[in-house]
Amino acid sequence: MDLNLNPDELKFRDELRAWLQANVPAPFTGKGGEEEKGEHFDYLRAWQKKVYEGGWAGLSWPKEYGGRGARLIEQAIFTEEWARAEAPQLINVLGLSLIGPTIISAGTPEQKERFLPKILSAEEIWCQGFSEPNAGSDVASLGTKATLDGDHFIVNGQKIWTSMAHVADWCLLLVRTDPNVPKHKGITALLVDMHSTGVTVRPLRQMTGDASFNEVFFDNVRVPVSNVLGEVNKGWSTAITTLMNERAHLGTGIYVQFKRNLDQLVERSRQIRRGGRPVSEDPVLRQKIAQAYMELEIFRLTNTRALSKMHNQSVPGPEGSILKLQWSEYNQRFQQIAMEVLGPVAQLHGFDNGQWVFNYLRTRGNTIEAGTSEIQRNIVAERVLGLPKSY
Amino acid sequence: MDFDLSKPQKLLQQSARDFFVRACPPEKVREMMASGAAFDDALWREMADQGWTGLIIPEEFGGLGLTLVDLIAVVEEMGRASLPGPFISTLWAAALIDRAGSEGQRKQYLDPISMGDLKATVALLEESADWDPDAVQLRADRDGREFRISGRKDFVNDAAVADLIIVVARSGEDLVLLPVDRNTPGISIIETPAIDATRKLYSIEFDNVSLPESSALAYNTRVREALDASTETAMIALCAEMLGGMEWTLATTVEYAKTRQQFDKPIGTYQAVQHQCADMFLMIESARSAIYFAAWALSENDPGARLAVSVAKAYCSDAAREVGNRGVQVHGGIGFTWEHNLQLYYKRAKASEIMFGDANYHRDVIARKVIDETE
Ligand SMILES: Cc1cc2nc3c(=O)[nH]c(=O)nc-3n(C[C@H](O)[C@H](O)[C@H](O)COP(=O)(O)OP(=O)(O)OC[C@H]3O[C@@H](n4cnc5c(N)ncnc54)[C@H](O)[C@@H]3O)c2cc1C
Repeated sequence: MDLNLNPDELKFRDELRAWLQANVPAPFTGKGGEEEKGEHFDYLRAWQKKVYEGGWAGLSWPKEYGGRGARLIEQAIFTEEWARAEAPQLINVLGLSLIGPTIISAGTPEQKERFLPKILSAEEIWCQGFSEPNAGSDVASLGTKATLDGDHFIVNGQKIWTSMAHVADWCLLLVRTDPNVPKHKGITALLVDMHSTGVTVRPLRQMTGDASFNEVFFDNVRVPVSNVLGEVNKGWSTAITTLMNERAHLGTGIYVQFKRNLDQLVERSRQIRRGGRPVSEDPVLRQKIAQAYMELEIFRLTNTRALSKMHNQSVPGPEGSILKLQWSEYNQRFQQIAMEVLGPVAQLHGFDNGQWVFNYLRTRGNTIEAGTSEIQRNIVAERVLGLPKSY
Repeated sequence: MDFDLSKPQKLLQQSARDFFVRACPPEKVREMMASGAAFDDALWREMADQGWTGLIIPEEFGGLGLTLVDLIAVVEEMGRASLPGPFISTLWAAALIDRAGSEGQRKQYLDPISMGDLKATVALLEESADWDPDAVQLRADRDGREFRISGRKDFVNDAAVADLIIVVARSGEDLVLLPVDRNTPGISIIETPAIDATRKLYSIEFDNVSLPESSALAYNTRVREALDASTETAMIALCAEMLGGMEWTLATTVEYAKTRQQFDKPIGTYQAVQHQCADMFLMIESARSAIYFAAWALSENDPGARLAVSVAKAYCSDAAREVGNRGVQVHGGIGFTWEHNLQLYYKRAKASEIMFGDANYHRDVIARKVIDETE
């Protein structure tokens, strides 16, 4: 075991640090949620473009498609530097963490060439069209169907909870291409242009008040056969690749945000007074802040350990479920602690730009999106520990 | 950067696992537990032959001179076997001597510790049961060229088998470290039966015990530094031991869940049971991340090491107890029996949770570093 950076890693870190120092933009101060089209969205998109042009997007992606060709472990260094520099997150998160890696592992050379660079530059924003009203945890029971018509598939059906569909240019869509075989065997993954005729996006408002996920309707949407990702009727294995990447990688960028939240809370705890002293001197709340620090640190370490282990694997294994459980449940506990530390002001939309009340509510989605906590525990129990299947 | 045990470390760990499976099966643990001091000399000598009693002791003093990461790889296996006896105590004392002693004292004590000829422990706590050395009250008054000690130490691990007891005492305002032979006249060692019978606790009474001034290891601020550093070493080893214990509990529980049938199915088919096991796994992997990192940080003298050790101990303290709770629950009635070996691990987990400070204690340390020192 050696956590010292070797000369190459040091060079990588120093270059990245210098680049960030020179390029991180002033924080966004305007109005608007980051996932809605508007100034904030444009700000983040411009930032990602700069990151891409600087050569820092898609670290472990192949060089010929605009990536850096670095090893997975560099991602750990990247995350820490990103947090340190307080750099904004990358907007095309679904493209970067799950869809791009799926295209890398299942795509044709033409697809890689066509799609990957524009994911990295955020020129094309992606969404993930898996869930349907009647197919959530059991996503393989999906009903959106695609029928072959010459060199096109005709897609009809509905997706739901599709994050970023309202801003997306492309969608990784799961459809049923053969209804007469067991459910896992008749699924195909398609790369669908969201600007195609017949695609209707209807935003759904979340309990936070934002509308960052959507219903998406497909009405005779024509998708060229060349946009099948993987093989026809073998889409389930493509989907598994996506889900594995989602569990393993979504947490990486999220750490940066969590660390900033924690630092902000510690800062605030010194300013807010209760019972005649700063909250930072309240022994009960100190314990809770320390607990949060500890859990976040352990998440960071487990993530680094997983990257170290995944090094030579093209698709992350079930250990991704551990990371997903760690970050989602941590964030729920943390945002509750934040509410307690901040006290009554935390509920105000006018306090700290409303971020605490927003985050508090937003965390409820954390244990549902990217596979519920129950499903992750099923995966750990059955695939890691080898317990008998429960269904 | 490589965040995993290296190949040689994995080999070392495997050999330790094989060793303890053979040399310290649960029957042996029970046998030792029932004996006076939970100690077996032949087993200790075998461990010494492997070099483990001197694993991190410098080669010039007869040790292997390996790193803390190598050490925790072995200690994890001791935890998996629930090894009784004074390994952690001796490790703590050795680390303390190594930090605080003169060249001559290090030679005098570390050589025989490496060889397996000397077992030791540290007497720090008193009636106040406070892990902070500032709380030490036991007086070691100077009388000419001697120290005279009268009073009591409590919660001393393994005092009945330790040949050498390092006493933390107060002389005037200063702390002083005094190595004392267990058989020195005026010392009485009284067992204080406690939850974990595989690692026994004692009170030590000192009745006007006199020691030559020259025997002291260190005075004043150096005591504090040496105590802090050696406690960190022992604490991270204890965490690794807790990790091994948790792994045993999970493996045993999963095995049981696969075989025990109720309602015509293995109970492991039911998600209520599956999720208990999944959570145990989550806690174990979290503990592993924290422990490996802290051990590495300590071995590299990383400035964040102290915080990392408190993170590890705070986490392991809660996790080891929680893993035990769930293990017992999944076993049902059989898990609540004296017969079942779960109880050995369950009790060890509780005693280890307390040793060197529980989660509340270490969260307090973390809060000081994260809230007060970042201001
Ligand atoms: C904020 C947010 C963003 C999202 N973004 C996207 C997106 O971009 N693209 C996309 O495709 N989807 C997205 N989703 C959808 C998400 O993947 C699903 O909500 C999730 O998979 C659960 O499906 P469901 O909502 O139908 O709940 P259900 O599957 O109906 O689950 C309901 C409850 O039953 C439990 N349950 C179900 N099956 C089992 C089982 N076998 N064992 C134990 N418990 C079980 C669940 O854990 C849950 O508690 C998003 C969801 C949220 C909240």
